[in-house]
Amino acid sequence: MVMMEQDDKESSSVKIGLEIHCQLTGLQSKLFCLCFCNYREQEPNKNICPICCGLPGTLPLLNKAAVDSASMVSLALGCRIPDSIMFYRKNYFYPDLPKNFQLTQYNAYGVTSIGVEGRLKYGKKSSGIRRIQLEEDPGRLVYESNGINNSSSYILIDYNRAGTSLVEVVTEPDFIDPKDVRIFLNKITSIIEHLGVCNTKLEGSVRCDANISIRGGKRVEIKNVSSFKEVEKALNYEIARQKTMSMHDIRIQAETRHWDDSRKVTIQSRVKEEEQDYRYFPEPDIPTILLGKEYVSSINVKMPELPDKRKDRFIMSYELSEHIAQVLIDNKELADFFESAVKIYFSPKEIANWIVTELIRFTDEDSLIESKIDSASISPQPSSFFAGLKIEAKHIAELAKLVDSNSINRNIAKMIFTQIIKTGELPSQVLARTNVLKIEDRNIISEAVESVFRVEKSAIRDAKINPNVANFLLGKVMKLTKGRADPKITLSIINRKLGRTS
Amino acid sequence: MSKLYNLSGKQVNAGIRRRDFTAEEYICQILERIDKVNAKVNALITTDREGALGKARFVDRKLHEDEKKLGPLAGIAIGIKDNICTKGLKTTCASKMLEEYVPPYDATVVRRLKDNDAIIIGKLNLDEFAMGSSTEFSRFGPTRNPWNIDYVAGGSSGGSAASVAASECPVSLGSDTGGSIRCPASFCSVVGLKPTYGQVSRYGLIPYANSLEQIGPLGKTVSDVVMIMNTIAGADENDQTVQATYRPPDYVLSSSRKMRIGLVTELTEGSNPEISKCIYSAMDTFTSLDCCCEETSINYVEYALASYYTIAMAEASSNLARYDNIRYGFNFAPDGYEWNAYLARVRSNFGEEVKRRIIVGTYVLSSAYYGKYYLKAQKIRNLLKQELRSLFKKYDVLIAPTMPILPFKFGEKIDDPIKMFMIDIDTVIANLAGIPAISMPAGFSNGLPIGLQIMASEFQEQKLFDAAFLFESKTNNDRSPEL
Repeated sequence: MVMMEQDDKESSSVKIGLEIHCQLTGLQSKLFCLCFCNYREQEPNKNICPICCGLPGTLPLLNKAAVDSASMVSLALGCRIPDSIMFYRKNYFYPDLPKNFQLTQYNAYGVTSIGVEGRLKYGKKSSGIRRIQLEEDPGRLVYESNGINNSSSYILIDYNRAGTSLVEVVTEPDFIDPKDVRIFLNKITSIIEHLGVCNTKLEGSVRCDANISIRGGKRVEIKNVSSFKEVEKALNYEIARQKTMSMHDIRIQAETRHWDDSRKVTIQSRVKEEEQDYRYFPEPDIPTILLGKEYVSSINVKMPELPDKRKDRFIMSYELSEHIAQVLIDNKELADFFESAVKIYFSPKEIANWIVTELIRFTDEDSLIESKIDSASISPQPSSFFAGLKIEAKHIAELAKLVDSNSINRNIAKMIFTQIIKTGELPSQVLARTNVLKIEDRNIISEAVESVFRVEKSAIRDAKINPNVANFLLGKVMKLTKGRADPKITLSIINRKLGRTS
Repeated sequence: MSKLYNLSGKQVNAGIRRRDFTAEEYICQILERIDKVNAKVNALITTDREGALGKARFVDRKLHEDEKKLGPLAGIAIGIKDNICTKGLKTTCASKMLEEYVPPYDATVVRRLKDNDAIIIGKLNLDEFAMGSSTEFSRFGPTRNPWNIDYVAGGSSGGSAASVAASECPVSLGSDTGGSIRCPASFCSVVGLKPTYGQVSRYGLIPYANSLEQIGPLGKTVSDVVMIMNTIAGADENDQTVQATYRPPDYVLSSSRKMRIGLVTELTEGSNPEISKCIYSAMDTFTSLDCCCEETSINYVEYALASYYTIAMAEASSNLARYDNIRYGFNFAPDGYEWNAYLARVRSNFGEEVKRRIIVGTYVLSSAYYGKYYLKAQKIRNLLKQELRSLFKKYDVLIAPTMPILPFKFGEKIDDPIKMFMIDIDTVIANLAGIPAISMPAGFSNGLPIGLQIMASEFQEQKLFDAAFLFESKTNNDRSPEL
């Protein structure tokens, strides 16, 4: 007991805060120019213009739709939207930054970013949202080597991404358990998916940095975490590392560490001798944007149904269990899939069961539980949860209908399911092809029972004293009919033959 | 057909329409004039001979085919300060950093001039990135004052003023961040306007200090300046700081009398005695024209210069960060350099004055000093704005000298940055407050020009033009020196 208490104390001294970057992939154009927001799959440096390249003399033209999207995120995370917002210049030199300053927002001198003072519930807990800000993404650096030796490598710059809109969500350091972080991130993912502002399945569309300290020590920032699931692992590692250090009286320094995905450790990348001075000041080229009450209510009207409400509705209207509703809601695509199937054939519990227990097993587990993240990896990421699967809502609907009407039993239904998910055939097509319909004809079943009785003579003798024999015989008949015999009818025939009434 | 280059813009346009001469004949004379005097004055960095002749022939054809389609600026030669982007024509900012830079787009003002059939004759000299008051800080050498080539032409739009005074073009565009149009206009005895902040699109103006500067016209007459303003001013989808609600400008020339005029005493008294005498006599001129004149004060004047330079340098330090030679710039291969080393090597090519302003600007924005300098400067700026607003309830326009001193000789102030900053005292007020101000030729002292500055309330350019035109009609100071 004493040990446990100490453990609790220790864990409560852990403080974790998050910085989550979401690209507003739902927009048409970049944050300050008319270039496409969707830079993916374009040739390097083709999705650019004088503005996003920061050519001398160009001026930023604020995309009002981005302000709307950021406002929606702010409201969904319980933030207050100020009466007016401004953009600030964050000054630092880096080759991926065309102007050598980033247009972002800043909270100081009575000015705030687009969302402040929010709180988001997840499960039974909640975390404070310190601020939400709208800002531009820089370009991308591509590291190349000439293949002979790494020392003569070079860097290519692709500005296609430069100037796309990011919403940065900064939480209070309210997390003490890495597991909670994962649940929280799942919730955020579901919210921005439901808002339609960000397709979290696109590579690099969601990124997360975490900062962590124990017992009021120095803050360590963890970057380069490649997925939301990895965030949990990285945090667990970092807690263990910091605890070990403090156990040996080694001072923990303020630093930035990178998560090494393959070795599952964090590695020091930069010691923070002093805070970098970004020399923030208001961007003179973007006039103050007035928002106000009327604006906020106009956004509120446009807000789609959010995950919490949708979950309640799933429980209320479809009588789903809390757990199943949660699993569906955590992934908007699943929830949408569920609802379209229910529209075709109303059997919510059956359909939900198929999705939650069967369908999920066939999808890329990683892309379900977490959203794939930047990591500069080149491998294409599935842009949909259903990537590679041929199943549609109508398939599940028909399957549920067949099961509900007792046309097929569960084992056969599962067999059909594994077929349609790969081929895209309808369940009825598979049935017609493989002849797996349930046998309900009493004559055919009687014949099968007869032939079993001829073989299992000793079992029939025991039947008088052992009531389990009937089930044994049922099993034999099912085996003979390859599972197609209707078990209820079969059992009643067996019992009658054994001279019993069932 | 002699001396077409001496004509005002309006006269050129009328002459071409009357078929007194062709646009091509006119442009040929302008090019000859440039060939003759530019070596002395050094007003132009780039002369676009082919472009100008091509456009002149286009104008002549258009006149022949359908005169109605001819733009209101048809045939008028205009020079553009070399910090305003011209598509396909080098735009250097008089800096090593952009000495080979050819913009892929036209500034909004340039596009509007072209659409109205003006002829872009070339790019005009300036202090590097418009930082200076004498055009001595140009990579391409200083511009000389056409009235006496031993003297500076003022700055930073030295080329814009000198080219007009030297009759290399009747009108030009400059930019004014702290007096950069009015100072050289005063030193060269031409008319120069800094419009209200948000009246002219800055799209394509390579920024020095975004919150302070405006593009504006220079010319030999108020009439020409009004004509250019009517073309370049007004809302622009590429610049969100231009007041979209404001109606498109249609300024007129009217010498309305009975204006209420305030002479700013501390600016006038603080000037060279020859200059203050000239300004007081300008006040007498207005009085003789039925205007109601009196002396008045701007209390925040003593903080204006400090506020101006703090804000301007802060913005400049950030604006100039983009010159890292990666996407554009001069020829200097990055091979063998680590990023920071390359950056340092590249950026050492800024001139001394630009470096000074980047360093000071970086300092005042640093988090430890932000409140002490930048914020305080913004507070002063707001107080000054408020004070001027209340002054303009009493007066239609304020008058003061444009410059507290006469044009000076080369090298006289170049080693003393503070002395150089001090001469902007009269002009920075309009930039801080965002109000329009014009410099009018007001007389001469020892053959060197004196400028009268007239300021009006925000978006009250018409009042400014009224006062300027009234003054011009009575005084008519010489604007064409012998060269």
